[in-house]
Amino acid sequence: MTSISQADRIDAVPEKFVSDRLARRQVRHAKERVIESILFLAAFVSVATTVGIVVILLKESLDFFQHVSLWDFLTDTQWTPLFADAHYGIVPLLSGTLVSSAVALLVAIPLGTIIAIYLSEFAPFTVREVAKPFLEMLGGVPTIVYGYFALLFVTPLLQMLYPELPGFNLLSAGIVMGIMIIPYVSSVSEDAMRAVPMALREGSYAMGATRFQTAIRVVTPAAFSGIAAAYILGISRAVGETMILAVAAGMQPNLTWNPLEPAATITAYIVQVALGDLPHGSIGYQSIFAAGLTLALVTLLFNVLGHMLRKRYRQVY
Amino acid sequence: MSEAAKVREIRALIAAHKRWDLVFAMLGLLALMVGVLTFAALFGQMALEGAPRLSWDFFTHFPSRKPDQAGILSAWVGSTLVMIVTAATAVPLGVGAGVYLEEYAPRNWMTDLIEINVTNLAGVPSIVYGLLALGLFVYQFGFGQSILTAGLTLGLLILPVVIVATREAIRAIPAAIREGAYALGASKWQTTSDHILPYSMAGILTGVIIGMARAIGETAPVITIGALTFIAFLPAAPFTGDPPAGLFEWILSPFTVMPIQMFNWTSRPEAAFQHNAAAAGLVLVVMTLSMNALAIYIRYRLRKNIKW
Repeated sequence: MTSISQADRIDAVPEKFVSDRLARRQVRHAKERVIESILFLAAFVSVATTVGIVVILLKESLDFFQHVSLWDFLTDTQWTPLFADAHYGIVPLLSGTLVSSAVALLVAIPLGTIIAIYLSEFAPFTVREVAKPFLEMLGGVPTIVYGYFALLFVTPLLQMLYPELPGFNLLSAGIVMGIMIIPYVSSVSEDAMRAVPMALREGSYAMGATRFQTAIRVVTPAAFSGIAAAYILGISRAVGETMILAVAAGMQPNLTWNPLEPAATITAYIVQVALGDLPHGSIGYQSIFAAGLTLALVTLLFNVLGHMLRKRYRQVY
Repeated sequence: MSEAAKVREIRALIAAHKRWDLVFAMLGLLALMVGVLTFAALFGQMALEGAPRLSWDFFTHFPSRKPDQAGILSAWVGSTLVMIVTAATAVPLGVGAGVYLEEYAPRNWMTDLIEINVTNLAGVPSIVYGLLALGLFVYQFGFGQSILTAGLTLGLLILPVVIVATREAIRAIPAAIREGAYALGASKWQTTSDHILPYSMAGILTGVIIGMARAIGETAPVITIGALTFIAFLPAAPFTGDPPAGLFEWILSPFTVMPIQMFNWTSRPEAAFQHNAAAAGLVLVVMTLSMNALAIYIRYRLRKNIKW
């Protein structure tokens, strides 16, 4: 041992030291890689969910369309999959969905837009600080509670004004659904309006415009793409809403464009079937997936429309 | 026309336009009032109808055919257990995905795909998640109509909420914090776990609470998986019963949740059951609103206290 020279000893120490640190660094590197993969997998779950939704809806719907022709599905005016004389026309369910959504939007779009303009351009700081969380809470009320409210408060109230109104109807469900959607419409629109640069407002004021003129003719057009996005969000909420309609609009498919009548929507039909006890693989079981596919396609249609609107009218500052 | 007349005319014009300002401000307040009044009516009506039913017995009794003896024991226990599974699903996945997208993700098509997906999933109607769960969890994976199925479904449903909240919280942290950690030799994960996550905790918590408040009130997807509406027993507690239940046996047990119980009572024609529905609704609203209020409060505190 004594034969090892001074120089050797000096070299030996750092070499061991370096290789040790290198090994530690490699371990650390491997650990980092593993963690990154795990995080990636977590992020990938969202893609897997979408794929899962598409695959499940398509698979069960394809089985459904082996029994029912697409033509009948789109043109038959009756939807009675659970009866002996089964008809599979989606139109009655679609009409219920569209009428109730139209009522909801007639409530939500004007009120939501006015609230957004008011909060963004008119309201004093304190009003805004109180109103925004309040609206958020309004959007947080469970929809089943709104359903109860529509059936047992709004419908009796409307019956006082119009005694012939049936206990289940699209009108009261639509109105309550509209009020539920107000926060979605107003908060997204307001964000879009507040993103409009101050210079545009200042320019308008400098020309002698009033607050109202500035809000309507300068800020609203400038924020149009965001406001359109808010409306589209409202529409897809209305089309996909389930419990308010299942509780307050009845579950009887009814081809009508009159909001004073009861009618089932696509979503209410799915709930009705799920409440029963249909065997897995039966045509009734498959029919809810066909209904769900229709619902998903309608929402997709509106989302694509919203995307196009946004692209077309986007203003870059 | 004299100078004075012209001035008067202009003043009148200005006043007329200013009046529109006032009219619109009134209209705005009125529109807000519609929201306030609706909420007051909703809460007032439920309190009026339901408050007399709220008693200790209401929380400790099972549902029953006799309305005055019916309670929400199985519903609130079911809701609590489902929420545990939901949180266990949505929090790790959502926070993990948020951290990945903000801190790790390279700029490529895969990242774009994930981002588009998260945005789109937020717009998918909740009942479609129910159909996914019915086809996938109930029949493909064979989980049945269990607490596990419901928890996973609601977990996927609120995933976008948690992801977006996590990303926003992380984005608010200045780059200097990361650079400081890297300068001292910290690795990416060390930086993330020691700095990014602790500093964004309050923001993430806000998102998780809002997501959970939404999940607890969701009815449609849970009905779609075929959850029974009449459950007069509790899932077996771990290590009890004969033979003793395993630690996780409750997870495959059938269940009911608060909103389903309320739906069940609302759809009965008897007024007495509708009083029960009102009472259950009151409990549900108080729960979701206090969760939302907590989230809003945390966010408010956060905005006030943190100055980078």
